[in-house]
Amino acid sequence: MEILDGIVKAFQLIISGDPRIFEITLRSLFISSAATLFAVLWGIPIALFLGTRNFRGKLFVKGFFNTMIGIPTVGLGLILFLIFSKAGPLGLLRLLYTPAAIIIGEAILIMPIIISFATTAIESVDPEIINLAKTLGASDDQASFAVLKEAINGILTAGIASYNRAIAELGIALMVGGNITGWTEVLTTTISNETAKGNLELSIALAIILLALVFGITLITLAVGTLRRRRK
Amino acid sequence: MNWIAELKDITKTFNGISALDNVNLQIRKGEILALLGPNGSGKTTLLKILAFLEKPLKGQVYFDGRKVTDKDVKQMRMESTMVFQKTVLFDTTVYGNVAYGLKVRKLPKKMIAQEVRRALKLVKLEDFEKRQAKKLSGGEQQRVALARALVLNTKLLLLDEPTADLDPKNASIVEEIIATVNRELKTTIVMATHNMFQAKNLPHRIALITNGKISEVGTPAEIFGRLSKTLASFAALENTFTGDAKITLNGTTLVDIGNDVEIETTAQSQGKVSVFVSPEDIILSKTSFASSARNVFKGKIVEILDLGSVVRLKVDVGRPFTVQITKRSFNEMGLNLNAEVFLAFKASSVQII
Repeated sequence: MEILDGIVKAFQLIISGDPRIFEITLRSLFISSAATLFAVLWGIPIALFLGTRNFRGKLFVKGFFNTMIGIPTVGLGLILFLIFSKAGPLGLLRLLYTPAAIIIGEAILIMPIIISFATTAIESVDPEIINLAKTLGASDDQASFAVLKEAINGILTAGIASYNRAIAELGIALMVGGNITGWTEVLTTTISNETAKGNLELSIALAIILLALVFGITLITLAVGTLRRRRK
Repeated sequence: MNWIAELKDITKTFNGISALDNVNLQIRKGEILALLGPNGSGKTTLLKILAFLEKPLKGQVYFDGRKVTDKDVKQMRMESTMVFQKTVLFDTTVYGNVAYGLKVRKLPKKMIAQEVRRALKLVKLEDFEKRQAKKLSGGEQQRVALARALVLNTKLLLLDEPTADLDPKNASIVEEIIATVNRELKTTIVMATHNMFQAKNLPHRIALITNGKISEVGTPAEIFGRLSKTLASFAALENTFTGDAKITLNGTTLVDIGNDVEIETTAQSQGKVSVFVSPEDIILSKTSFASSARNVFKGKIVEILDLGSVVRLKVDVGRPFTVQITKRSFNEMGLNLNAEVFLAFKASSVQII
C-alpha cells in the first residue's frame, strides 16, 4: 500500500510542477548533455583516426577503449575525487563539488563508448569513400566529414548510448558532485539520497522522470532511425 | 603544348612490391587514351597517380604545363577526377551524389541543380534525382558515378575499367557516353581496360602496360595492325589466343592455339598470330548440333559470373573461352558448374589482331 501511495503522490508532485523537481531534472539534462558534447568532440576525432588509419598497436588501443566501457562509475568517481580534492594534482582548480566536475567525470566515463561504437561504424564505411571525396575535390577535412556522414547511424547510436549512461550514472555525480542542494543535485544522486532519508514520494517521482527521459530519448532515436530508413 | 599531363620516370611500390616501374607517358589534350593490360599490371595505380590520389615514389608529374608539387595536389584534384572500377556511392540520393563535387566547389544552388540535371541527362538517368543511389541496379549505379565525375567538367577524366562489371546494355551506354563527352565537351579521357574490343574501338591511342611497365604506345591501328609482342603475351585478356596460322585449301586460316585446339578464321594470315573472339559471338549448347559454324568445341563450364541480365561463363575446351549468354538462356538451359557444353562460332567471328 505504501508503495502504491508513494507512486500516486509522486505523480501528484510531478503534475504540481514542483520547482525543485524541475530544477533537478533540468540540471541532469544539462550536465549529461554537456558531458556527451565534450565526449563527442574529443571522441569522434579519435574514432576517425582509429577507424581510417592502420598503425602498430591499434588493436591494443581499441582493446583499451573497449575495456573502459565497463569501468565502474564509483571507481572512476573515486579516482577523480582524489585528483580534484584539495591535496590532489588538480586541487588548485577547486573543481570538487561543482557541476563542472560531474561534467568532466561523465565525459571521461562515456568517451570510451563513443570511441568504440563510432570506430566500428567508421570501419564499416567503404574505405574508398575518402578517395572518392578527394577525387571530387574535397579537402582532407571534407573527406573525413564525408566518412562521418556515411557512419552517421552508428555515431548517433553511440551518442544516445552515451547520453543514457551519463544521465543514469550515480557514482561520479555523487563522488565529485556531492549532491549539494540547489547546486550539484542531479536525478540519480537525489533519488539515492531521498530514499535513504525515507522521502519515497520524491524518489519515486524523480525515478519516473529519469526512466521517462531514458525511454523517451531511445524511442525518439529509434523512430528517427526508422523514418530515415523508410525514406530510402 | 598539346598535352595535358605528363608522367616522367614514375616509379611506385606498395610494401616493397613494384606497381609501376619507370613509367613515361604523355596524355594529349582532347584524346581518349586507353591503358590496355591484364589485371594487376598497374593500370589503377597509374590512374590514381594521374588523379593525385597516390604519390609516386620517384619521378615527376606535370599537369597543364607545370610540375606538380605536394602543395598543388588539392588544386590539381579539382582539374583531374577519377571514376573507380568498383562503384562507390555516398549513402544518399542520386542528386546528392552528383552534386557533391559542385558543393565542394561552392557553386550557387541554382547552378548546381542545373548542372546535375544536365549530367544525369548525359548518362540517361533523367528523373532519377530523388532516388536513393544505392538502391539502383549495378549499371545505373556506375552511370551515377560517371555523372558525378562528368558534372565537374575537369580537364582530365580518368576511368578505371568503366564497363568491366556491366551487362552489354549498360556497357554500350557507358561507351557511348565516353565517346560523346570526348567529342562534344573535348574532355581528355584516360581509361583503363582489359577489354581488347573496347580498346580497339573507343580510344585514339593505346598504351600497353604489363608488370608496371609501358611497353608500347600507339594508335589502335598501329597496336593491332602489327603483331605486338606485348599484346601476344596478354594471356589474361579474354578470348585472345596466340598460335601458328596456316592457310587451308578452302582459303580460310587455321590457327593452332595449343592443347589440340584449332580455330578457323576467314581472315588470311600465316605464321605467329593473335586471334580474338567476342564473348557475345559464341553460341552455347548442351548437345552437338549441325550448323554452319566452322568452330565447334566440346568443353566444361569452369566459372560462372552473374552480371544481372546476362551471365558470363568460362568454358574450358583445352583453352579457356569466355562466353556471354542472357540470364534467361542460362536458366532455361539449366547450366551449372562443371556441366559439359558445346561452343560454336563462325569463322568470320574470329578476328586476327
